[in-house]
Amino acid sequence: MSAISQQDNQRNGEVMTVIGVVGAGVMGVGVAQNLAQTGHDVVLVDKDEEILAAARATIWRNARMSRLMGGPALDPDDVLSRITTAVGADAVAKADVVIENVTENWDVKRSVYETMDAVCGPDTIFVVNTSAIPITKVAAVTGRPDKVVGVHFMNPVPAKPACELIPGFHTTTETVERVRDLLSAMGKKAIDVKDACGFVSNRVLMLTVNEAAFLVHEGVASAESVDEVFRSCFGHPMGPLETADLIGVDTILYSVEVLYEHYADSKYRPCPLLKQMTDAGLHGRKSGRGFYTYDAK
Amino acid sequence: MSANTKEQILDFVRARYPQAEIDETQDIFALGFVNSLFAMELVMFIEKTFEVTIPNDELKIDNFRSANTMAELVDRLSPARV
Repeated sequence: MSAISQQDNQRNGEVMTVIGVVGAGVMGVGVAQNLAQTGHDVVLVDKDEEILAAARATIWRNARMSRLMGGPALDPDDVLSRITTAVGADAVAKADVVIENVTENWDVKRSVYETMDAVCGPDTIFVVNTSAIPITKVAAVTGRPDKVVGVHFMNPVPAKPACELIPGFHTTTETVERVRDLLSAMGKKAIDVKDACGFVSNRVLMLTVNEAAFLVHEGVASAESVDEVFRSCFGHPMGPLETADLIGVDTILYSVEVLYEHYADSKYRPCPLLKQMTDAGLHGRKSGRGFYTYDAK
Repeated sequence: MSANTKEQILDFVRARYPQAEIDETQDIFALGFVNSLFAMELVMFIEKTFEVTIPNDELKIDNFRSANTMAELVDRLSPARV
């Protein structure tokens, strides 16, 4: 538990905004790095120290690789020095804005928002980083639905120039504009999208990935062939199954399940192969194996 | 330059992209399907396999374009290997 005091919160006599980042998985780590490398002070939290240690190592490594990946040259120690890590969602109590990135599982999200709502001040803005869960539904479990807004960041977060910005039913314009300003400071263009499960990106992308998985599952084509069709025929930089490995096969499954549950429409039925891969720990790049095999970390 | 170093690097690249014909001079990033994420994997592979630490100012894409440039980088970082 790390409470950030007002004194810590000042630099050069100016009150700085402290951003809480809840969830230190693939997205939370990317959000924390992006914030830190653009000069923000970050409190990154997750449920145990082991996850946080891995997150710090990942941020250091990714900051080191930034220039190689086409981003700015970064000093990894400098980036990491702006990030405080702590166990438990209550550690973001003093943050001005909290960006939540926990797994796309409603029970997990609800519990985290109940904790955040109880510990944070009434003016704290909650940013829901989700690819599918309706913002209005998340806002409804808090006592501040006017201060809850959705942002669908893309992965890898520091490398992506845009994201979807989604107000919930009760979100005020002031909240939306404050978050738009924060995104701008992170180097991101916010694309306005209304609140509907899956927004624009995942309504299309998750169905594409799910159908691509069905093609592999049915033996119609190998993962390599599916991806090559998208790269060579459509000119996409990556195929859907490479993308699935980058996002995380488990995350893809959860996102498709959220769409299926929300719309009660069979077109979102999850491919059994995604379920089996998730159960088997074949979660993509982050686990070293998904539709492809990667060098073990 | 160590031929063995070059071969190990080529084996690693070929294992990931079996559909491509890759030789030691080929710019793998010019093939059209190798993205910058693979560059990161190359860094981790080289540091682990050859027990070197690549300094920040050497972490540029030009050092990772071909098996030749990567082997040269490894040799620069571990002179005893030459």
